[in-house]
Amino acid sequence: MTATLTPTAGPRGSASTPPDAHRRRRQRPTVGGFAASTFLWLYAAISIAPLLLMVSNSLRTTQDMAQNPLGLPLPPDFTSYQKAWVTASFETYFFNSIFVTVASVVLSTAVSLLAAYAFARTRSKMFTSLEGLFLSGLMLPVYLAILPLFFLLDSLGMISNLWSLILVYAALGIPFSTFVLAAFFRQLPIELDEAARLDGAGPFQTFWRVHLPLVKPAIATVIVFRFVPVWNDFFYPLILIRDRDSYTLPVGITRFFGEYQTDWATLFAGLTLATIPLVVLFLIATKQIVSGLTAGMSK
Amino acid sequence: MSVIAVPKVRSKRVTTGVTLSRRTGMVFVLPALILFAVFIAYPLFTALSYSFFSWTGIVRGEFVWFENYVTLFTKLPYSTDIPNAFLHNILLFVGAMVFQNTIGLGLATLLHRVGRFKQFFQTMYTLPYLVSPLVIGYLWSLMLSPLFGPVNAVLRAVGLDELAQPWLGNPQTAIWVVVIVTAWQWIGFPVLLYGAALGGIPQELDEAASLDGASAWQRFRSVTLPLMVPAIGTVSVLTFIGAMEAFPIPYALGGSQGNPAGATDVLSLLFYRTAFESGASNAIGTSSAIATLLFAFIFGVAVLFTVMLRRAERNLT
Repeated sequence: MTATLTPTAGPRGSASTPPDAHRRRRQRPTVGGFAASTFLWLYAAISIAPLLLMVSNSLRTTQDMAQNPLGLPLPPDFTSYQKAWVTASFETYFFNSIFVTVASVVLSTAVSLLAAYAFARTRSKMFTSLEGLFLSGLMLPVYLAILPLFFLLDSLGMISNLWSLILVYAALGIPFSTFVLAAFFRQLPIELDEAARLDGAGPFQTFWRVHLPLVKPAIATVIVFRFVPVWNDFFYPLILIRDRDSYTLPVGITRFFGEYQTDWATLFAGLTLATIPLVVLFLIATKQIVSGLTAGMSK
Repeated sequence: MSVIAVPKVRSKRVTTGVTLSRRTGMVFVLPALILFAVFIAYPLFTALSYSFFSWTGIVRGEFVWFENYVTLFTKLPYSTDIPNAFLHNILLFVGAMVFQNTIGLGLATLLHRVGRFKQFFQTMYTLPYLVSPLVIGYLWSLMLSPLFGPVNAVLRAVGLDELAQPWLGNPQTAIWVVVIVTAWQWIGFPVLLYGAALGGIPQELDEAASLDGASAWQRFRSVTLPLMVPAIGTVSVLTFIGAMEAFPIPYALGGSQGNPAGATDVLSLLFYRTAFESGASNAIGTSSAIATLLFAFIFGVAVLFTVMLRRAERNLT
């Protein structure tokens, strides 16, 4: 069940390379092979062109775009970034988003590590059903419970407070994080715990000194993978954040689209600013993202 | 809106032992349990109860049994808005299914067979999926703009002037824009998961079929595809959940009203509008009834489908 997440082999295990190479040699000269790579390149273009266009247009002026919708950014013009960042408050939204995302992912990973460790190292009905309860969160459309959540946070005086988002996102991260981490802890041999106990370590020391260093790859997967939905989420801040200074990027963007409707260059720059952190994250942590995406798969 | 994976029922492993007492275990679980209980479990149960009361603003009135549900199906605007929005959710699901099981499956299979630049292509296909759906929605709204949107400019440049039109202003085309943009963004996920599943199919099977003289298509049809059923099933459940929960892309393309004229309305938008923008005095009761129905439908179908899938898998092996 967790072969895609074993500590040693990623989803693209190296074992499959030699047969692939063999087959590639056999297929290269055919017409089908040519059609296949045409299709792959064509779809890559369809997939990426809108994003490239977004970046390219963010470097042009609105006037230029109106005259020539398909032009290139020559020479590149960065004034719209300055406008989005300063005049349209993207600076505020950006740092709010960073704060909320980092804090909630750290909190959610920390509590999930503790819980997952307990799930892997106990065997009683109570813990099995608790784990099942957490897992059910993966399939439940929990956002539909927004009204009671709103009233709860309102009664605590936490509406428009970034900590309300942080706590909600931390809770929302628990199902996925415990699922991945518990699978990892289960693969660590029980002898580790016994040896640690003989050396006089308590349960928390065993967890902290022995297990934690060994599950680092899973922690990386969980952190990187939870970053994406939290950074992108639009629904919760739309409802829970009423004060402009506390907007995160997605809600900031909706307000910004209402106000800068005709200022195309600034709109493209704003969209690009909201996207850059994710693309950077994806390029430096492709492996964690891919293993996070395939975490639910069996075999 | 953060559903990522459907977990398998865990098989008990003999190697797992017990090293924590119940009390120590509870100490470890407690922080997560508190967060989960306060911010997920409690609101979920409470939301359900809201739908059985009549509300005046934020003041809860009397217990009214199923009256709020009856309202949904008998009173305007709900009795027309709900079927309209529901149909659009179904279109989103069908559109994504068609797209990912033709082009998506094709891309995954070719990537697996050709192998060259595999990681590069995977990255290209997955990037739109990772970008915020709200950003994607707004980006397409700019690209499809009737005045100086690049899409119409391209159509005019290649001589298809009559096709250039206000895509999002026309109720006939607007919903298809939402469907295609959603499917386009989502496809990276099926491609990755299908790729992982293809990697798990033993090479020998394919080679044996090849030695028996099966063509590439025959091998795909009779060897690969049946072994892909579990992966396709899992992805389908997630596609279903994603389509039913659609919110940011329709919001960015058609606003909270589902413009033009409700042509891009979906159930989550309807729920949001009823709860937070309608100003109706019983907004909480009515919107909670919508939420509960949607919740039951998503969860019910997802569980049913997963159970059927497990059974089919067991029969395969």
